[in-house]
Amino acid sequence: MTWEVLEAPGLVTVQDGGRTGLAHLGVPRAGPLDRPAAGLAGRLVGNPPHAAVLEVTLSGLVLRAGEARWVAVTGAACEVTVDGRARGHGRAERVPAGAVLRLGPATAGVRSYLAVAGGWAVEPVLGSRSTDTLAWVGPPRVLAGTLLPVGPPAGPPATVEVPGRWSPGPVVLRVHPGPRLDRFAAGTLARLCATSYAVGPASDRVGLRLAAVAGEVLERTDVRELASEGMVLGAVQVPPDGQPVVLLADHPATGGYPVVAVVPADDLARVAQLRPGDPVRFRPA
Amino acid sequence: MHLVPVGPSAYLAEVAGAAVALDLASWARRTGVDAVEVVPAARTVLFDGVVDPAALRRVLQRWRPGAAAVDGDLVEVPTTYDGDDLDDVAERWGTDRAGVVARHAELTFTSAFCGFAPGFAYLTGLPDGLAVPRLDSPRPRVPAGSVGLAGSWCGVYPTSSPGGWRLLGRTDVSLWDPARPQPALLAPGTRVRFVPA
Repeated sequence: MTWEVLEAPGLVTVQDGGRTGLAHLGVPRAGPLDRPAAGLAGRLVGNPPHAAVLEVTLSGLVLRAGEARWVAVTGAACEVTVDGRARGHGRAERVPAGAVLRLGPATAGVRSYLAVAGGWAVEPVLGSRSTDTLAWVGPPRVLAGTLLPVGPPAGPPATVEVPGRWSPGPVVLRVHPGPRLDRFAAGTLARLCATSYAVGPASDRVGLRLAAVAGEVLERTDVRELASEGMVLGAVQVPPDGQPVVLLADHPATGGYPVVAVVPADDLARVAQLRPGDPVRFRPA
Repeated sequence: MHLVPVGPSAYLAEVAGAAVALDLASWARRTGVDAVEVVPAARTVLFDGVVDPAALRRVLQRWRPGAAAVDGDLVEVPTTYDGDDLDDVAERWGTDRAGVVARHAELTFTSAFCGFAPGFAYLTGLPDGLAVPRLDSPRPRVPAGSVGLAGSWCGVYPTSSPGGWRLLGRTDVSLWDPARPQPALLAPGTRVRFVPA
């Protein structure tokens, strides 16, 4: 049986643990941006780690259940209903066969995760069910009319309710010195950590694009062209405009802008839930 | 070789150039280093997902340039030389269209690394004297299969995308197919010849 997508007004993708070991072919890693939230959704419905979930960006999702299953919604706060009746966020909920499951638009945060017992069993591509939005390697984007197969349930849903809701508050990202810090003016890491940034509107699964609130720029003193080099998750790249970009799951495997700092992966889950205009600061790791 | 940390679990090995980077990456992959990703590039090899940096350092100390003896499969790419920049390249090379085709098709290239897009291989083998600058402003859309030059690199666009390489021609071969066991036709180490179609 499959579940039919009735409405998917924003970006909705399938995500599992991601696609590793292929960066040397130019393939992004992909995977959920908010890994703790995606993992929690899977645990709540009794799935093994890295079973595929749906990542729902801002605008919600409506599905018709092909069979009765446990589901769980985590991550960005949103209204959850089954046939119009309110259900919980951050807990396992039973959806009857044929019922309509609706996730409303995100009321706080950006990305919600929908897990179903058995996992979303779309055909894997290069060993993963994750969709990368840079090169569109992976299962196709989820749209109205998409039919999503569901795998066999692995076990019972979690009996203990776990707090899953995204908590607001100022985001302070730790930074390690980057490999090309020496291409910038002395004291640049301290300047990065002393600057108030706001999330730019072009931020996506590829990168968190930041703009200094007071217009400060990170000044590059060694302007020789940098040969393309391998990029890591959390790399803080600085393009010629001097405003940092934090690379996220769909980042290109190689890049030519110097990396001034690196944010540890554990800090990036918070980034997944930031909206344009939200404040961001850095501090030394 | 110089190892530069890239955050808590990755290292960049800095080497002299693309050929050495490919050699190191091929050797490291064959030797089985403790890294999830081994990514060669123009002057570096990235080791990402490193759990034990000391072990990585110990293994890499055993590498000597030339150890991998990179000698990959030879792939022939049938090419129709009708690119929009063929005349421009001919002028830069001081020859005519036929001269560009002859010079380009007699070279054997090697895929040094992939980047920019899945399966987009940066091919070395163009003599420095034939290097051409990128376009001042990239084209909004370059069709899949386009064969181009930028600097001393040669490349073939696996999918249509914006691009600033100077276009010599096009090929019908599939550069990237996720359904194949080897999805990238020109994976690092592959040797490449362009055959006029």
